[in-house]
Amino acid sequence: MMSRENLTNLILAALLLAVPLGAYALGQNFYITLATRIAILALAATGLNLALGLGGLVSFGHAAFFGIGGYAAGILATHGFSGDPLVFGLPGTNQMLVVWLVAVVVAGLVGLAIGAISLRTSGVYFIMITLAFAQMVYYFAISWPAYGGEDGLSILVRNQFPGVNTMRPLNFLLICYLVLIAAIGLFALIRASRFGSALQAARQNEVRVATVGIAPFRIRLTAFAISAAVTGLAGALFADLNRFVSPSMLSWHMSGELIVLIILGGVGRLFGPLAGAMLYVIFEYALGGITERWQFFLGLILLGVVLFARGGLLGFLAGRAKHG
Amino acid sequence: MTLALALEQLLNGLQLGVMLFLMAAGLTLIFGVMGLINLAHGSLYMVGAFACAAVAAATGSFWIGLVASLACAAAAGAIVELLVIRRLYDRDHLDQVLATFALILIFSEGTRWLFGSFPLYLDIPPLLAGAVPLPGGLQYPVYRLAIIAAGALIAFGLYILISKTRLGMRIRAGESDREMIGALGVDIRTLYTVVFALGAALAGLAGAMVGALQSVQVGMGEPVLILAFVVIVIGGIGSIKGALFGALLVGVTDTMGRFLLPQLLALFVPPAQAGMIGGAAASMLIYVVMALILAVKPRGLFPAAHA
Repeated sequence: MMSRENLTNLILAALLLAVPLGAYALGQNFYITLATRIAILALAATGLNLALGLGGLVSFGHAAFFGIGGYAAGILATHGFSGDPLVFGLPGTNQMLVVWLVAVVVAGLVGLAIGAISLRTSGVYFIMITLAFAQMVYYFAISWPAYGGEDGLSILVRNQFPGVNTMRPLNFLLICYLVLIAAIGLFALIRASRFGSALQAARQNEVRVATVGIAPFRIRLTAFAISAAVTGLAGALFADLNRFVSPSMLSWHMSGELIVLIILGGVGRLFGPLAGAMLYVIFEYALGGITERWQFFLGLILLGVVLFARGGLLGFLAGRAKHG
Repeated sequence: MTLALALEQLLNGLQLGVMLFLMAAGLTLIFGVMGLINLAHGSLYMVGAFACAAVAAATGSFWIGLVASLACAAAAGAIVELLVIRRLYDRDHLDQVLATFALILIFSEGTRWLFGSFPLYLDIPPLLAGAVPLPGGLQYPVYRLAIIAAGALIAFGLYILISKTRLGMRIRAGESDREMIGALGVDIRTLYTVVFALGAALAGLAGAMVGALQSVQVGMGEPVLILAFVVIVIGGIGSIKGALFGALLVGVTDTMGRFLLPQLLALFVPPAQAGMIGGAAASMLIYVVMALILAVKPRGLFPAAHA
């Protein structure tokens, strides 16, 4: 017997694939792009959910990792296209797999550095410090002219995946979809592992975790770095989707949006980020069609969700989370 | 000549610091008393600037505009507190972040709705229009000096308010034990509204004063908000003294960094590159300073006793 949550999850995952396939059959490529956007944002938020949902680490700076992943794709593609060596004589590349690896490693390392300093603090300090570090990266991207500065960086041709024509929207959607499912699988594995138990225990009661001989700092730092790496991967895909990277990927609105996705879907829930991303992108699209003041109404809806509808979409569809 | 330039930059840094203090004082007070993290503080700064620009344009007087900015920001703060913020005191920080993030969307888009997307301009009042000579032959605008003076005055006024008046006593009592002062018969809900409106008024005033230096536009509060966060993290959240110290440190470090780093680098590398690297490094400087301070003192330079 499948639980209500698993059933809901299955339906959400199927919808994300079925709707764009239907749109493809009808020749509506726009909806494929919309679904790709949902998948990538859900991937970024799944990364954040590792830190925020499991670890209780309210990072307000995950845009930094998202943007770093994006710039990794943009910079590698630019060098791959021009043939100029990048660093130490190494060339750029247009291979997605290499780009992903670089995005994951760089975002993970930056996450390790930012986490090492930020995790010395907690609570509201942590929120503000992660925000401040993300702003630091943002201002660096703006004031460093080599890769476009404020104007951003165009990717002339979408990066290549072996054996797949990534310029076809449906193919690219499938790639993003599979990466998302893999990341959700990773989230489930981590949540069920000993490491994940320690991480969640550290959220619930730090003192007890320390008393049984587990150092919360190292657990959290590891989780934060993995979280950053997953969000960085999403950033690389996002850059390839838009074939454009700009400092706006690093802006604090992006960090806020990622948190919003998780809250809309349900904190700490396996499919929370996907549910949230679906809701958010559909809101954005539907409200944007009605009024150009859609952000105003998005704000009102968000306020309503925070004040009156705790638990998010999955809390509504699949009942409250069994454990907090 | 270079010395005069450095003095000018130092004064600019002080002016930025003073303005950051007005923002940070409200933020840190609201966190200290109510335990609330308010992202929408930058929106109140924007409300003050827009109120001042609109009223000054309608009446022709900057001073009436300044009064209007105080009144509008305080009123907006009080309304927001009554409708939304009040429900957030018992929630965790995550909910507070989200709800106030939603408020930013509402404020920004609402302001764009009312005033359009084009920036407004606010003229410096004639009384403060001129410039004074600095030693070394440069001229420095009186208006910026006036901002520094106003900030110093307000810092002193806040000190008197918090340490010498009955309201200040209640605020301090609220910081150390909110249940106890409630039990002693102080109307804590009204006190919270007053503190929030006070913080909002300070932010609005900062917005109005800076509005005459920059253009008044939607989103103007956000960079300042984040700098104010850096300030209170450095100073210690909940501490007004920390906010003052942190604000001056951030203001002067940021301004002097932008001025000095490119010049310093020019001694080692070609000027064009020095400008590029120096500029990028300067934009990160205050965050590096923040990281260094936190590495030594994770709770800031003047940690509040509680929280």
